[in-house]
Amino acid sequence: MGHHKHGHPGGFEQMDNQVKWSVLKRLFSVVWENYKFSCLTVFVCIIASALISLCSTLFMKTLIDDYIVPLMAASVPDFSELAQALAYLTVILLAGVICSYAYNRIMVNVTQGTLRNVRIKMFTHMEHLPIRYFDTRAHGNIMSIYTNDVDTLRQVISQSVPQVINSGITIVSTLVSMLVLNVPLTIVSLAMVALMMLVTKKMGGMAGKYFIQQQKDIGSLNGYIEEMLEGQKVVKIFCHEEKAKEQFNLLNEQLRNSANNAHKVANIIMPINANLGNISYVLCAVVGALLALSGYADLTLGTLITFLGLNKGFNGPVSHISQQINSVVMAAAGANRVFELLDEQPEVDQGSVELVNAKENADGSLTETKERTGMWAWKHTNAEDGTVSYIKQRGEVTFNEVNFGYTEEKRVLHAINMYAKPGQKIAFVGSTGAGKTTITNLISRFYDIQEGRIQYDGIDIEQIKKDDLRHSLGIVLQDTNLFTGTVLENIRYGRLEATDEECIAAAKLANAHDFIRLLPDGYQTLLTGGGANLSQGQRQLLSIARVAVADPPVLILDEATSSIDTRTEILVQQGMDALMKGRTTFVIAHRLSTVHNSDCIMVMEHGKIIERGTHDELIEQQGKYYQLYTGNNLSA
Amino acid sequence: MIILLRIYEDVFLGLFMIDHIEINNYNLYLRGNLLMLKMLYQQIGEYKRDTILTPIFTALEVLMEIFIPFVIASLIDEGIDKGNMEKVYFYGGLMVVLALLSLLFGVLAGRFAASASAGFAYNLRESMYSKIQTFSFANIDKFSTAGLITRLTTDVTNLQNAFQMVIRIAVRAPLMLICSMFMCFAINKSLSLIFLAALVFLGAVLIFVATRTMPIFHEVFQKYDDVNASVQENIAGMRVVKAFVREKYENGKFAQATENLYKMFVRAESILVLNNPVMSLVVYGCIIALSWFGAQFIVSGTMTTGNLTSLFSYVMGMMVSLMMVSMIFVMLSMSTASGERIVEVLNEVPDLANPQEALTEVADSSIDFKEVYFSYQNDAEKDVLQDINLHINAGETIGIIGGTGSGKTSLISLISRLYDVRSGAVYVGGRDVREYDMEVLRDQVAVVLQKNILFSGTILDNLRWGKEDATEEECREACLQACADEFIQLMPDGYHTRIEQGGSNVSGGQKQRLCIARALLKKPKILILDDSTSAVDTATDAKIRKAFAERIPGTTKIIVSQRISSVQDADKILVLEKGRVNGFAPHEQLLRENQIYQEIYQAQMKGDGDFDEKMN
Repeated sequence: MGHHKHGHPGGFEQMDNQVKWSVLKRLFSVVWENYKFSCLTVFVCIIASALISLCSTLFMKTLIDDYIVPLMAASVPDFSELAQALAYLTVILLAGVICSYAYNRIMVNVTQGTLRNVRIKMFTHMEHLPIRYFDTRAHGNIMSIYTNDVDTLRQVISQSVPQVINSGITIVSTLVSMLVLNVPLTIVSLAMVALMMLVTKKMGGMAGKYFIQQQKDIGSLNGYIEEMLEGQKVVKIFCHEEKAKEQFNLLNEQLRNSANNAHKVANIIMPINANLGNISYVLCAVVGALLALSGYADLTLGTLITFLGLNKGFNGPVSHISQQINSVVMAAAGANRVFELLDEQPEVDQGSVELVNAKENADGSLTETKERTGMWAWKHTNAEDGTVSYIKQRGEVTFNEVNFGYTEEKRVLHAINMYAKPGQKIAFVGSTGAGKTTITNLISRFYDIQEGRIQYDGIDIEQIKKDDLRHSLGIVLQDTNLFTGTVLENIRYGRLEATDEECIAAAKLANAHDFIRLLPDGYQTLLTGGGANLSQGQRQLLSIARVAVADPPVLILDEATSSIDTRTEILVQQGMDALMKGRTTFVIAHRLSTVHNSDCIMVMEHGKIIERGTHDELIEQQGKYYQLYTGNNLSA
Repeated sequence: MIILLRIYEDVFLGLFMIDHIEINNYNLYLRGNLLMLKMLYQQIGEYKRDTILTPIFTALEVLMEIFIPFVIASLIDEGIDKGNMEKVYFYGGLMVVLALLSLLFGVLAGRFAASASAGFAYNLRESMYSKIQTFSFANIDKFSTAGLITRLTTDVTNLQNAFQMVIRIAVRAPLMLICSMFMCFAINKSLSLIFLAALVFLGAVLIFVATRTMPIFHEVFQKYDDVNASVQENIAGMRVVKAFVREKYENGKFAQATENLYKMFVRAESILVLNNPVMSLVVYGCIIALSWFGAQFIVSGTMTTGNLTSLFSYVMGMMVSLMMVSMIFVMLSMSTASGERIVEVLNEVPDLANPQEALTEVADSSIDFKEVYFSYQNDAEKDVLQDINLHINAGETIGIIGGTGSGKTSLISLISRLYDVRSGAVYVGGRDVREYDMEVLRDQVAVVLQKNILFSGTILDNLRWGKEDATEEECREACLQACADEFIQLMPDGYHTRIEQGGSNVSGGQKQRLCIARALLKKPKILILDDSTSAVDTATDAKIRKAFAERIPGTTKIIVSQRISSVQDADKILVLEKGRVNGFAPHEQLLRENQIYQEIYQAQMKGDGDFDEKMN
């Protein structure tokens, strides 16, 4: 959680000022939207508390000039007037305390509430982004929007904004008071403040450069550590420990150096500013004393002392605002990335055909039902007259001259024609990159085709509501992606309303029951980190159980059993075959034993289907498949 | 005056890039892990000088700052008040000198602080990384890679910031507090007592706030991490979410978790925000008290106006210092968690050690297992290998087959002593593996791990892991045996082709063959392939095995595989089932006698193999 305050070096440098402003404006409008009244109250309270705080400084003058000096002159000092003045002051200051509490307290709700809203907005939006978004970005970068970038927002909303307002008011009111008290002294103070700002800017820029260098060095050290630790076991078995240290030491030294430089500069900004402030104080004292002694205007002792107090209070907020600028700029960069995510185009869905449970009437027509009948129908509602027609879901999938590429330039599927008859088991084999997984990406509409036609039970798949299309498909991927939760919850992910018994039955079918029983808490065992405490094979069994409980009409298995040993795989397959009896199944595998009993095997190469047929037919053809198969037998 | 506080607060937060709400592990801090501090203290090492100089110069800087209000008082009383311009110049000049000195000390303190903290961080990383290099497999398993990376980066940065803060501010604030108090008493004792009371009140409130909020924050951040973890899962598993049409379900879950987080944050922060108004309250109270009593003292002649302004300055200084102390408290406790995680690595004891008078010669390549029991947790209940007795002659080829979780990998791990047996013993060349120098043993027993890793660098760089000074000719020879030469030759730069991080630019089968070649370069007496040809097609697999038989006949070869075809030519095949030896005999005999082997054989003879590679 947000330990990376120097995050995103250089990110904001590419943003021009206009973008920064429009991003900040949008950010504030997000805050304003939900917290209009709170914002106004906070604004008023900040102004009030700043003014009241100024009051307390100015009271020094009144105290000395109006009370102490006359009292000292009086033979019998009467303190009752002072007591009264102090009583008034007490009331005012108490009001200041209340204001201070009020705006701080309200800001908690505004800040945390806005962050909550932004987070929910981001997440909800993200859930509806197309798969392409996730495939084309490093997941760490998306994650960093939720952590680092949202963090910069908190910084700017809860701290920068109130403090800039506060400081701004303090500066203006102090400046006005100073001008009222004495113009020449004010000019001296302003000159020193200008010098302070210049120094801060110069040194800040320098520190910024070093911090960016430090960030880069952290990055390269990170990269090295990550790679080496990932292969630490290999380092061990090759006794390569000393060598691994050499490069590490080099990178470590680089980082030490840049961190040293960055902090060195950052550390000395404070003492420089503070002491420039002290010198400013001396200058004002000397000049003030000269003026007072030379009888200039009405510069009284009280005025001078008050002025000196103001001088101290003036230097502070100036250096303070210049420091806030940095965090505001960082927040602009963070907010920009948040808005980029929110502005991403969500998945489009123009489909209208729905999938419903159905039962068949005596005359062969279909009726929609609520309960699961094991029979589904496509419900087509005519947009014009609202009439409803049903087509039986049979699981027929056809590809007609489909061309597809993930990018415009590079086509990965060429003129794919395929006909999956209802209830068939269709297998895709071929080397990595041949386009097997792409086909499943298209059936589930994770990606949309560029040319050609994909039909599902005679309906173009674009016409089917995406959610219903996906409901009709059970997809098991090689990457299992389990979620934090119990084993049971993970299985139930397939169908949220499934009973415990149904989940356990699905686990049995997937042959996962045996190992689940042996887990410390059985079905209630908590899985974390995507099931890090299970073997890859066990995770695959669970993800098969997850689909089994969903009981979908069409099944897509993409290397779903690749990490399961052959004997268990046979058992799993028997279970799945029973489940999918009469339903269409697509299988992608590289093991022959996984696919040989398919109704049709498609051999893919370079985005084309080069052979198709049953195992026996393909053997007879004596083509590529035959070569593979007999090549296998060569060594047998 | 509140402004002054705000600056301090802001500079403080800004400088250390730490947010006031990032508070962690309050309880752990309270327990005060002295041992941890001691360990961390040792890490300062050669930066001890800079570490000591920092507080010294900080103290000098503070002294200058303390004197300045004192000089100001004199400037007002003796100079301005009396209309004595000479005194004004004198005290003005003195103040400039003090300011310059303060500047000098401040800059020096800042420099030494930077150098000390950067050096401290350097040492922490160095020690941890060196420690990790001594880890055995069991130690590596205990810490996840991601966990170790966090410790080496984020946690170190946290400690670096905390360390810098301690040597700069932790000295400055209390010193400022004490000196200010001292000066106050010097000016006026009875007024100082009022401040003391105010200070105690403020301190009490700060402690109250800190103790009330930190446990909540501790909990909040745990929750926050969980929420982020679930976002991470969603990003990684988006295909699953979409495939099951669970977008709405996930949204609901997330909104609920975020709402809870919001409530907890608000609960904690609404206590925390008491700090500011209470601070104002106390300062204002002091101003009023000071005005009232100050006026009386001045009128009665026991105090000067100059003294009054000085007192104001010192009172402010005290409040700010107290605020800082409370923040140090908060931030230190936050970095305690990081400190503990780092010390955990530094304290980890490698669970394998070289014996004294270790053997440096492996006599021959025979292997024996005698009544071996093994468990990763060293717990008999969780034995993954039970009652293993085997004798493998030098130069034999042994196949190992068995289902997922049958203990294949565990068994071979014991041969090169990647783990130690729970009971029984493993012998290589007739001697217990625990008698050998580990480096010698691992050079003679080469393992190609199931999880193959190549490192970024050229193919040659990677191969030379096996033998540092191997000539290109030797590398090629090894690659020929591992059937890797054929594809390396086709690559644009041949043996000088760069491998990307994680070997992402070579296919699975190619990676496996490179890893085999790398192991062959060691010229080991025993070669173990742990399912290392799973992505290599069967024909090539056969070629590799043929090369082994012809080129390295004296080497004992152990081949773990899921494929019958990979092991059936072996001299003997070990069938493992649930951690026990189910059969150990040649192919023909197993086929006649062993039921499990028969089943596997039946399943695979219907067709087995891998389409990858063969297609190319």
